[in-house]
Amino acid sequence: MTGMDDTSEVRIEPTGVHPVVRRPVIEVEDVWKTYRTGSLEVDALRGVSCSIDTGEYVAIMGPSGSGKSTLMHILGCLDVPTSGTYRLAGDDVSTMVEEELAHVRNRRIGFVFQQFNLLSSLDAARNVELPLLYAGASRPERRRRAVEALERVGLGDRIDHRPGELSGGQQQRVAVARALVTDPDLILADEPTGNLDSVSARDVMALLDELHVSGRTIVLITHDADVADAAGRSLRIFDGQFAGADAPMAEAR
Amino acid sequence: MNLVETFRTGLEAVVSHRMRSTLTVLGIMIGITAVILTVGLGEGAQQQVGSEISALGSNLLTVTPGSTTTSSGIRGGFGSASTLTVGDAAALTSKVVAPDVNAVAPATSSSESLVAGTSNWTTSVVGTDPSWLTVRGRSMTEGRFIVSHDVATRAEVVVLGATTAQELFGFRDPVGQSVDIAGQPMSVIGVLNTVGSSSSSSTVANPDDQAVVPLTTASALLFGGSSRNSVSQILIQATSSGTLSAAYQESDAELLSLHRITTTSGADFTITSEQQILSTATSVDRTLTVLLGGIAGISLLVGGIGVMNIMLVSVTERIREIGLRKALGATPRVIRRQFLVEASVLGTVGGVLGALLGIVGALVLPHLISNPITVSPVAAVGAIAIAIAIGIVFGVYPAGRAAKLPPIDALRSE
Repeated sequence: MTGMDDTSEVRIEPTGVHPVVRRPVIEVEDVWKTYRTGSLEVDALRGVSCSIDTGEYVAIMGPSGSGKSTLMHILGCLDVPTSGTYRLAGDDVSTMVEEELAHVRNRRIGFVFQQFNLLSSLDAARNVELPLLYAGASRPERRRRAVEALERVGLGDRIDHRPGELSGGQQQRVAVARALVTDPDLILADEPTGNLDSVSARDVMALLDELHVSGRTIVLITHDADVADAAGRSLRIFDGQFAGADAPMAEAR
Repeated sequence: MNLVETFRTGLEAVVSHRMRSTLTVLGIMIGITAVILTVGLGEGAQQQVGSEISALGSNLLTVTPGSTTTSSGIRGGFGSASTLTVGDAAALTSKVVAPDVNAVAPATSSSESLVAGTSNWTTSVVGTDPSWLTVRGRSMTEGRFIVSHDVATRAEVVVLGATTAQELFGFRDPVGQSVDIAGQPMSVIGVLNTVGSSSSSSTVANPDDQAVVPLTTASALLFGGSSRNSVSQILIQATSSGTLSAAYQESDAELLSLHRITTTSGADFTITSEQQILSTATSVDRTLTVLLGGIAGISLLVGGIGVMNIMLVSVTERIREIGLRKALGATPRVIRRQFLVEASVLGTVGGVLGALLGIVGALVLPHLISNPITVSPVAAVGAIAIAIAIGIVFGVYPAGRAAKLPPIDALRSE
């Protein structure tokens, strides 16, 4: 827990101020994930290792069933590896308990899901405020930062619209704002354009590009090669292992 | 996340899921209303019987012929034995023999047909003396009661209860009119006050429906019988409720010696106090309350199962929401607290609305069904507590389970 002390208070510095010094945000070493269904054991991940630096824009590609979703869940601390270690910004999260994982998800990771996952009963600003609510920020501060984040994704005029009153592209931009609002170490986007028409998809990809340019670390999971091209580096996963697993990072960098 | 924020989040969820919240509240509300009304009906019946019995006269002892013992059944036999006489009653009026007795009224009664013009009405005709009015704790609304002179002269006069007068004469003034009792024309001299009567409880005869005649007139002209001096009961009023048992002892001893009986078990009469009647009647009504309470409990249980269903379904529906909240940093504890607030709010709102509806029902229903309903604060508070407990148990338990799911499983669920 020592490494987490510096993030235990709510960070309020403006978004986009990140150190230029590159250090790994993600360090994955020999991670296995085994699912058990009855007597049947399925290895979804079979010894995955990788390292992603601060400020990188990485796409993880693979067909369905390749294990890319499982990897994304582990990277997002939504699931824990069966074996192996995963360090997020220097802290080993593979040994953390539920409460600590919730804390890590809250402060260090911003999620963008394929299905947007906005709460339909809350307006855009309140949806963006949610992570700050669980971080314990005060109401005025939550509001201020949510509005800031929505302005950043170009939805400053939609703050009191509910998800039902927004287009798919706009909803995904609200989700991006929600991912940004806690100023996380990592933005994880799982097929962010999967449910969008091509115009909205381009819109959202441009937004991610912009965030990358301003210094964010972004990991994008997709099966679409065109989408993956936007990233600075692509990791291909197949049958639970990175393709060319011998030294995937060295060449790609 | 502090308590105010937790409360606000829970409250928002209640408001935003209108249909679910309404159904849950409705389920709890109906259960609570049922409990309050059924328990209220039972208690109302108990109180009614109590007030009816006290209307019979206060600090009252009733002596009847014959006695029952556990070993040999009925002794002397009701009706057959005319063991009580006017003389017994006269002896008890002595302040030396029975200092704690305030008044004594011998009485004999029979069901007779009363005819006035074209109306006829069958009611209980009581033959007694002037002290009956004191002993029974009654008064006159009109005319006068029987006086000693009437008893001495076997006057052919009658005093009617309010209901009896109404049945025979409608809205005409009965005083001065003539009534035929068992074929004997009698003159109406007065009408008794109304004590309020029961339509529902059959435990006590209606005190507003009777006709009172002088004892001598009754035995000589109306009822006949072998002994003109025998009476069917002697009513004794103690000087106060504190002396009731002393009056009982004195009367018992005096009657035993008058009847030359040496053992208490050989008594040919029985003395009952109004408390005994009251306790019998109350125990009957208590059984009724338990029965109604049982029905209410079952309706609450059924309501609770309904609420449980709605809660379970709604938590299942919201597993994705729980998963999302967890992905965004909510700990299982925060999730459980949010659902605890939601469930308590639903339970409290349902309970309070149910209690209000129950109270309104208790005020309105007696006008429609003629049964009194007493709202018991204990039942109301207890029912609300149960409502909250139902909400919490059935709302928080499934939410607690959902909160424990790995966030990704929750997010994936459809």
